[in-house]
Amino acid sequence: MATTDDEPLVEALRAGDEVAFAELIDRHSPAMVRVAQTYVPSRAVAEEVVQETWIAVLRAVERFEGRSSLKTWVFRILANVAMRRGERESRSVPFSALAAAEDTGEPSVDPDRFLPADHELFPGHWSLSPTRWPTPEEGLLAGETREVIARAIEALPKAQRTVIALRDVEGWSSDEVCEALEITAGNQRVLLHRARSTVRTTIEEYFDATEEIDYDAVTAELMGDTAKKSSE
Amino acid sequence: MNDAPVLPPDDLACTEEVELITDYLEGALPDAQRERLELHLETCPGCTEYLEQMRTVAGSLSGLTEESIPSETREALLDAFRELRRG
Repeated sequence: MATTDDEPLVEALRAGDEVAFAELIDRHSPAMVRVAQTYVPSRAVAEEVVQETWIAVLRAVERFEGRSSLKTWVFRILANVAMRRGERESRSVPFSALAAAEDTGEPSVDPDRFLPADHELFPGHWSLSPTRWPTPEEGLLAGETREVIARAIEALPKAQRTVIALRDVEGWSSDEVCEALEITAGNQRVLLHRARSTVRTTIEEYFDATEEIDYDAVTAELMGDTAKKSSE
Repeated sequence: MNDAPVLPPDDLACTEEVELITDYLEGALPDAQRERLELHLETCPGCTEYLEQMRTVAGSLSGLTEESIPSETREALLDAFRELRRG
């Protein structure tokens, strides 16, 4: 088998090791529900797709040859099952179409937070700048911010929500996401950027972490530097 | 004093910088653009903080729990597994 990492697990499945199967289900099902939901109209139907996929995996595991990772193989089966189901529900919008519809070209940060593009000295520079977050030692997911962040992710449009969940919550690589969702690396980055930007803005608003930049002081400081340099 | 070079020539605007951060973190920027972005970061505390926050967002979410399939579905799958392996 090419992917040796998966070999013991595949052997365990073939040998009827129920614990191994339970672990596999628990590891991948949340992401499978996410991906299935991009093909079918509801979470309930997506859960049925995941169930059907696992049965198909069990039936086919004897024939698994390890040319791809087990995970990639499982998600390929999922895509087939979900696509068929989506067609039956007459709701088969390809993910790339979802993604295109979400690419509205809106800026990542409110344009009002920058000086105008024709500003004499600092065109397009921060006027209301981000400031350090008072993040607790245990990290951003401690306490109330956890809820704030989880809600922000659920409120994202579907394609962005799926990409940030797979990349940043599930820890998938960019290649894995592109393959499972059949999108280009460029499209994947656009969706990830929009998703992370929205989450960042939500956290910033929650912490109220911005400050006005005093450009008179900045100018004076830079001029001082320039004067120092030219006298050196 | 009006001619004093306050910003480096060819400085990136912060409005551009914020749109490039994910490509930068993903290592997808061409060398010239990456260098221009890094040069801007050296003089811009706002963009430096923005970059840090985007890194924090990217690195913090792995602790969230994603909702899985319902427990009845899980049980049904384990039953099916026993069934299939027996037969």
